[in-house]
Amino acid sequence: MTSVLDISNLTVALPEGGDRPFAVSDLSLSVGAGQCVCLVGESGSGKSVSAQAILGTLPRALKRSGGRISFLGKDLPLEDKAAMQTLRGGRIGMIFQEPSASLDPVMRVGAQLDELLSVHGVASRQERRRRIRELFAAVRLPDPERIYAAYPHQLSGGQAQRIVIAMALALEPALLIADEPTTALDVTTQAEILKLIKDLQTRSGAGLLFITHDLGVVADIADQVLVMQEGKVVEEGTRDAVFSRPTHPYTIKLLKAIPRRQARPEREAGPLVLEAEGIHLTYRPSAGFLKRREIVAVEDVSITLRRGQVHGIVGESGSGKSSLVRCILKLETMDAGRLMIGGEDAGQWRKGMPKPMRKRLQIVLQDPYSALDPRQKIGDAIAEAARVHGASGAEAAAKARELLGMVNLPPQAYERFPHEFSGGQRQRICIARALATDPEILIADEAISALDVSIQAQILKLFRDLQERLGFAMLFVTHDLRVASAICDDITVMWKGRVVEQGRVDDVFDRPRHDYTRQLLDAIPDKGSFATSGLSHLEATP
Amino acid sequence: MTGLVLGKIVRAMITLLITVTLVFFFIRLSGDPAAALAPPDAPPQVIEQYRRAMGLDQPLPVQYFNYVLGLVQGDFGYSIHTGRPVEEIFLARVPATLLLGLTALGIALVLGVTLGTVAALSRASVLDRFVMAFSVFAFAMPNFFFGILVILTGALVFGVFFGGTGGIANFGQVLAPAATLGLASMGSFARFTRSSLLETLNKPFMGALEARGIPPMRRLLRHAAPNAAIPIVTMLGLSLGGLVAGAVVTEQVFSWPGVGQLLIRSVQTRDIAVIQFSVIAVSFTMTLANLVVDLVYFWLDPRIRRSGNV
Repeated sequence: MTSVLDISNLTVALPEGGDRPFAVSDLSLSVGAGQCVCLVGESGSGKSVSAQAILGTLPRALKRSGGRISFLGKDLPLEDKAAMQTLRGGRIGMIFQEPSASLDPVMRVGAQLDELLSVHGVASRQERRRRIRELFAAVRLPDPERIYAAYPHQLSGGQAQRIVIAMALALEPALLIADEPTTALDVTTQAEILKLIKDLQTRSGAGLLFITHDLGVVADIADQVLVMQEGKVVEEGTRDAVFSRPTHPYTIKLLKAIPRRQARPEREAGPLVLEAEGIHLTYRPSAGFLKRREIVAVEDVSITLRRGQVHGIVGESGSGKSSLVRCILKLETMDAGRLMIGGEDAGQWRKGMPKPMRKRLQIVLQDPYSALDPRQKIGDAIAEAARVHGASGAEAAAKARELLGMVNLPPQAYERFPHEFSGGQRQRICIARALATDPEILIADEAISALDVSIQAQILKLFRDLQERLGFAMLFVTHDLRVASAICDDITVMWKGRVVEQGRVDDVFDRPRHDYTRQLLDAIPDKGSFATSGLSHLEATP
Repeated sequence: MTGLVLGKIVRAMITLLITVTLVFFFIRLSGDPAAALAPPDAPPQVIEQYRRAMGLDQPLPVQYFNYVLGLVQGDFGYSIHTGRPVEEIFLARVPATLLLGLTALGIALVLGVTLGTVAALSRASVLDRFVMAFSVFAFAMPNFFFGILVILTGALVFGVFFGGTGGIANFGQVLAPAATLGLASMGSFARFTRSSLLETLNKPFMGALEARGIPPMRRLLRHAAPNAAIPIVTMLGLSLGGLVAGAVVTEQVFSWPGVGQLLIRSVQTRDIAVIQFSVIAVSFTMTLANLVVDLVYFWLDPRIRRSGNV
């Protein structure tokens, strides 16, 4: 096997005063033709910086301070700007995380592909047109004429990523670098794109450097795996070796963090806290002068929730799960349906609900970075919720301190500001804030989706512990069936605004009735259980 | 798309109607024009005569109705002093103001966008700081003061009078007042261009273009520029208003025979019909400019074409 990319002892320095001296330290790896090497790590591990170093597009603040990168047997001409420019997009193709964000929003996608080909020396217009048609077929894009003339915002996430892949492959690169190419996509789309990348790479014989945080994805495609932590490779080996005989504690921690189905103890049914029946919601956005469109977001959805129960709402983007949550919180006025919260009719008010009812219903949102006021102290943010609902200043402060302890944050956190905390810590703060009113129902809307895998596992455990202790009911909204199966008793699968499947987790997973549920289950990465197979023996030997 | 454009046009017309109404009432609130027009020692009967002649003795709603009807029919009234139709007086002044305003806008746009681009591309450098300091100076400097400095310099150093009534005939004469008028807008253009371009340059797709080997100049001109243009187009629409307001002062300072000077004179002499027409004409220009800006958005950004929201 000929080697495409050889990196030896690559080191990238961070500017002085950072929390560590190197973004990447002493990285060595080699990608052969037709081989897939996976670089695995959580945010800040240096995996994306490594890709930038190979492309010669490091941000100004970062400097390559040591090591060699050779490409097709020759040193990469990193100092020669013109030569690197020809290599980028030519012999080295790159696929990015956010497909629509990596396309120029005001240029038609066809024109962007055309530009790429012409910049890289395909002079004839007909030749470029022919090549683009070929690429569209290779990435299996339907309706090529429409897509050629479309702007990026008119494409779905999956279509946009197919365009980005077409661009990466346009000049038949010897090396393909994919940086979290499926993270921003829906589960079923993720599975399709992953398969597409793998197929195209195998067929073209290019080397693939695949960067991801998701071990499940790695298990599906990797030949060779490198696990990075804080800029250093802590473990490397073939896929089977890393997954079945992991040696470094960090690798073991990552493997254990993969969410798996967990049997929840049967409990006696508590009283009903939420009954939603036949909920309908239609959005009517303006579509020009005196015209409105109609978008049916939620159609005839019914859900019940008992005290102490966790009910998962699973669906991909556009399934209506967030709209349903907004209806339940009365942030949207539903068009039809009955909504009972704690035995009281919430539908009797056209808009919103009175404060005593709000108190029973709290939400934890997806992005812990934007969910906190950057100028409000953590303690005040938590106490505020209690105070608004009638606690005195001293009571509210005491409550906030107690809650900080419950979510495992130190008492000093009370006086600090959000920017002093990591993403996982911030999500703990958001949970404490939601619990400040002693809610009967806690809604977690994609509450762990923005977090690293190991943090996800911690927050899931926190939800489980708090729920055990306080007994609230939970609506757990997620796009990820794996996560849902790790925490829920019941699951509702939504698709295009409707409920397609509802039942106990075991029933839905083992005996899915609807085609869409089956598609979702098939799309879960690591069906071969490479990543999880090594775990039973890991857990057996503590 | 057609619906969106139609909606914009209807909104522009509503804006105009509101302006027309406000102008009507504010002029009548600001004192009795008949009393101002009549000689200072005129007896009440004479003032009453003036009032009747101008139609000011009728009830307010009737006056308003006649006024709007007149506007729709193209009858804008006559100057109290010269007796000529106001549109004739006004239109005679338009070329001078147009020449001054467009030259000023041209200077502001070209210099501002260039300086802003230079600053963005060399961000955090000495050059960037110098350009930004200069643009703050430019819009902090009141244009009547800067104008006087320009005239003084011209007279003392070069021995010539910059500006003046003979200006239109000689295009060179417009440069001094235009530079004065355009200076403030130039500062805003430079700052807007800088921040908008910096934001665009930091978007992921710019990095993606680099990773695809698109050359730097092409990235800047073909990709960053159209994306960064939207706030600058907004600025362009807004600064038209600033130019008209600024023209009032600048034209006075440089004795430039334009609309601004006409407006000041008519206010001094309470020539109601002329004031009314000038204000309406100016706001018509502004509304039209903003309508054009909205249509340019549609052309620039395909995403707006769909939602209609800027």
